[in-house]
Amino acid sequence: MAKILTEKLNLWYGDFHALKDVNANFEPNRITAIIGPSGCGKSTMLRVFNRMNDLIENVKTDGKVLVDGINILDLDADLVKLRKEVGMVFQRPNPFPLSIYENIVFGERVHSENIKKDRLDEIVEMSLKSVLLWDELKDRLKEPALRLSLEQKQRLCIARLIAVKSDVLLMDEPCSTLDPQATAKIEELMRELKNNYTIIIVTHNMQQAARVSDDTGFMLLGELVEFGRTQDIFTAPRDKRTEDYITGRYG
Amino acid sequence: MRKFKEFIIEKLILICGIASIFFVVLIFLFLLKEGLAVFNIVSPFQFLFGKSWYPISEPPQLGILPLILGSLLVTLGAAIISIPIGVGCAIYIAEVALLKIKEILKAGIALLADIPSVVLGFIGMVTLVPLVKNIFNLPTGLTALSGSIMLAFMAMPTIVSIAEDALYSVPKNYKEGAFALGATHWQTIYRVILPAASSGILAAIMLGIGRVIGETMAVMMITGNAAVMPQSILVPVRTLTATIAAEMGEAVVGGEHYFALFAIGIVLFIISFAINVTADLFLHKRQ
Repeated sequence: MAKILTEKLNLWYGDFHALKDVNANFEPNRITAIIGPSGCGKSTMLRVFNRMNDLIENVKTDGKVLVDGINILDLDADLVKLRKEVGMVFQRPNPFPLSIYENIVFGERVHSENIKKDRLDEIVEMSLKSVLLWDELKDRLKEPALRLSLEQKQRLCIARLIAVKSDVLLMDEPCSTLDPQATAKIEELMRELKNNYTIIIVTHNMQQAARVSDDTGFMLLGELVEFGRTQDIFTAPRDKRTEDYITGRYG
Repeated sequence: MRKFKEFIIEKLILICGIASIFFVVLIFLFLLKEGLAVFNIVSPFQFLFGKSWYPISEPPQLGILPLILGSLLVTLGAAIISIPIGVGCAIYIAEVALLKIKEILKAGIALLADIPSVVLGFIGMVTLVPLVKNIFNLPTGLTALSGSIMLAFMAMPTIVSIAEDALYSVPKNYKEGAFALGATHWQTIYRVILPAASSGILAAIMLGIGRVIGETMAVMMITGNAAVMPQSILVPVRTLTATIAAEMGEAVVGGEHYFALFAIGIVLFIISFAINVTADLFLHKRQ
């Protein structure tokens, strides 16, 4: 069954039609890459899935987006629950100006009524272990998170999501500020996390999409032009526009 | 010819720059010269911690502790009132209010800053003072509390506008990160935005307090000006500033009283300087 399913999803920023009749199906335990040139609507689509577009004024959506069968575009959708389940990793790593420890337990502090110290310690250890930072940071938990390297910060942001037990990770160009070596490490982490998560990654970098993803969607001018197995998209695209893009004729 | 013109202009600007420093130094030296002379008559300890201020008795008693306590009491009261309201108002403007309300509020606060302090003092005298007198059933409404309330109005514009700037300058992606983790708006504000803006907000508070401690006119009009050790906030007090303003006119130039008033000026200067330096430290920490 699909983890996230969109049906005739349309979105307007004021008069600008940013997403046009998008129908897509994101399966669990797979990495789906969304590729396309700047301004094609790929980040916009990602931000629909956890309703981050609500922060922008003058946005109108219609159609359906089902997460576990529930339409999250409903006005009375439980946003706190949604955002707990559907976590987001941003382009620029954005740890809070708090300690490493407090960054990871942020979700727990926000969501649970009575907080136990042991429980928090457990969460920190478990989350840092899942992003392979535990050995590096276990003695530095009280240090400010802003002192970490960019790659460590991005991992910490992923750890923060693991700590709230998200099942979907939305990644908006998570490696665009990182060097190739750090990028390779984050990609490795993604492959590891895929066993437990549904991962959707928006990327500018076609090689990255080809390397890490199982499925790929190609977007152009707000339309989802083609969606399928990554291998098929990159070796035998059905649409002329997809072919032009992946062979580098524009973008 | 052109080169000559450049030369002249450059030197003129240089003179302007030096002049401002020169005048500050001159004022400071004058203050020191006139003020330090008082210590020929009383020791610094007696001056700062003496409990009676009778500058024209014979011999004069020049203890400014009641005045220092008066200033601190009024300032503390003003801080207790203006900090929560001012910071709350800044949070509302920066994070919650819709655009239209935001503009109205900001204009209102700017207007509050434009009211001359003598006018605020006058309004306080005819409205607040009788009110305080009736509510607490006092012999007079000219009290430290009245002064605190009025000064809180003067500190508010400074606190609100600087704290609001600090809140605005918190990177937007902190907010997004918190929302994306399922935090509510209020949780985002107090767990992420406030800590991130804390040094700027502290600077705003310090500058607001600096404004209060140096204020003269309004406090002179509504605090009652009794130079006695204050027992509570419901009695008349006299502040450092009001003492100088009220007595300088009648002090004999070169007399003990005159020197003592200048020494009070030095004390005030040191307090303001310390507050401004602290505020500056907080502001720089932010950058």
